[in-house]
Amino acid sequence: MDQQIVNAIFIGSIYALFAVGYTLVFGILDILNLAHSAVFMLGAALTYSLVVNHGQPFAVACILGIAASAFMGLVIEYVCLRPLRRRQAPPIAALISTIGLALVIVAAIEQGTSSSIFSWLWVDGANSVAFPAGTVPNPIWHIGDLTLEASKVAIIPITIALMLVLGYVMRYTQVGRGLRAVAENPRAARLMGLDVDRMISLTLVISSALGGLAGIMFGVALGDISPYIGRDNVEVRGLAVIVLGGMGSIPGAVIGGYLLGVVEVLTLVTLGSGASGGVAFAALFLMLVLRPQGLFGTRLRERI
Amino acid sequence: MDFFFNLFSDPVGFWNSHTLLISQIGINGIIATSMFLVLYSGQLSLAAPGFMAVGAYTSVLMELYWHTPFAVNIAAGTLLAALGGLLVGLPVLRLRGVFLAIATIGFIEALRLGVILNVPITGEGLGLKHAADPLGGVPIILVSLVVTVFLVWRLTKGRLGSAWSAIRQDEIAALSQGINVAQYKMIAFVFSALLAGYGGALEAHLTFIVAPGDEQYGVTRAVQILTFAVLGGSGFVLGPLAGALIVTLLPYIFLQAGPYINVFSGIFLIAVIVFRPQGIVGRGGLAIVRPAWWPRARARAPSPG
Repeated sequence: MDQQIVNAIFIGSIYALFAVGYTLVFGILDILNLAHSAVFMLGAALTYSLVVNHGQPFAVACILGIAASAFMGLVIEYVCLRPLRRRQAPPIAALISTIGLALVIVAAIEQGTSSSIFSWLWVDGANSVAFPAGTVPNPIWHIGDLTLEASKVAIIPITIALMLVLGYVMRYTQVGRGLRAVAENPRAARLMGLDVDRMISLTLVISSALGGLAGIMFGVALGDISPYIGRDNVEVRGLAVIVLGGMGSIPGAVIGGYLLGVVEVLTLVTLGSGASGGVAFAALFLMLVLRPQGLFGTRLRERI
Repeated sequence: MDFFFNLFSDPVGFWNSHTLLISQIGINGIIATSMFLVLYSGQLSLAAPGFMAVGAYTSVLMELYWHTPFAVNIAAGTLLAALGGLLVGLPVLRLRGVFLAIATIGFIEALRLGVILNVPITGEGLGLKHAADPLGGVPIILVSLVVTVFLVWRLTKGRLGSAWSAIRQDEIAALSQGINVAQYKMIAFVFSALLAGYGGALEAHLTFIVAPGDEQYGVTRAVQILTFAVLGGSGFVLGPLAGALIVTLLPYIFLQAGPYINVFSGIFLIAVIVFRPQGIVGRGGLAIVRPAWWPRARARAPSPG
């Protein structure tokens, strides 16, 4: 049981890190970026590929993986979001364009075999792979009944440190003030001399870098990297997390991530594996019906 | 391009050799119309796959256990889905926009992962096999589609349609005009559930099995149905229909791309939505915006006088 709680905290950290990227974009643009789960997967896949197929050290691969994810954030902005803003499209259109991009990313990785044009990106096709043992130094500690792997334990301080940095940046720096101004009212922000497009690009870069990092952590800690990890593991759970915490709220997303991890593990332990998926979604449904602003949200945003 | 070539050179042969595809287009058309109803009344509901599952499982279970006639099974599935729509609608219709979308995702996944996968009578993960295919072939589906689209079109032209339109454009203004917003939203939601249940019940009889896959009754399906409506344009009833047709045919349109089919499908989706944000069917031309680096058009000389 204790071991399960510890696992819940590990997986909760990954959910939190992933969901913060989701909620950051939603908070500022009021748009759900459905390509976020594909970026999560891309971060993990690219890092794996750099380590295993291109023989890079893990640290270099990590940095390149995160950089590539951040770059995907720019792609999302320039390909999917900015053209739609220019055309004053309804927000629902952005949902479809980001879904299209997610489809492209997943399909490109999925088709990455050693003979395809994507072989430089990924060679394992639709298979699930894991980092070879020893890529990341991974001592295992035993405390009482608990088994703690360093690669999993490391997730927690990284997540918390990043959240603190992000919280500080959002609250106390010039950039953070700019981002919050855009979130509050893009038109007023523009009149105050802010470059709104640049702020939005920055949001997507930060969000996607966090998403890619979450993917790498997922790949290292759970030993499961495939084109479908984003879609199967975090896409809808990320939604659940940001709803639990309150849409657009960063601390909410962090708490929501841990909460979902714990809820899932508890239902797994008490009701068995069959019910655990359903219970998380039932919780999501109930949360929205009973308290739609989430645990930490203060107001309901009406636009999508 | 053989596919489209055959369509014109040998329509009868095409019809006979692509029955399943044509049926699937018809069913997707019905489901897209169900999606149209909720979007037309300003509700971003993704609940359709849940109601499809209700319709599908009800009709198949009745067939397996009670051996009732086909029409009765379908009708029961449809009505039960509508009842489900009423029950789900009561709590969730207070939500708007993306919150409604997420709540309905919660509903469909709780139904699929929580109920269908855990209740023995549904065959759990394996699904249910049913013996016969009592569907009289494509005609029933296509006739249903035409009738559905016509009825929904009539609805949007009447009193209901005006109310829905008003609610979609501005809920508070609609309320201040004395429109009972909650009631009209509920009517749209229940009709939509009814159509989804009908489409689901028919779809269950396309093949000999109903199984609770993600691409059948899960989020993937919900997103696909949303794509029908948004890609096609949700201002007019034929829009989602066009969307359903195009999305169902995407694998054939990009047949040449071989394994890279989804890459091209994704690029196609982005291109359509970027240049036609209002959807394929709708007013206006391609939304082409001058990029920043493109030279400004020269101002015309002011007309004399």
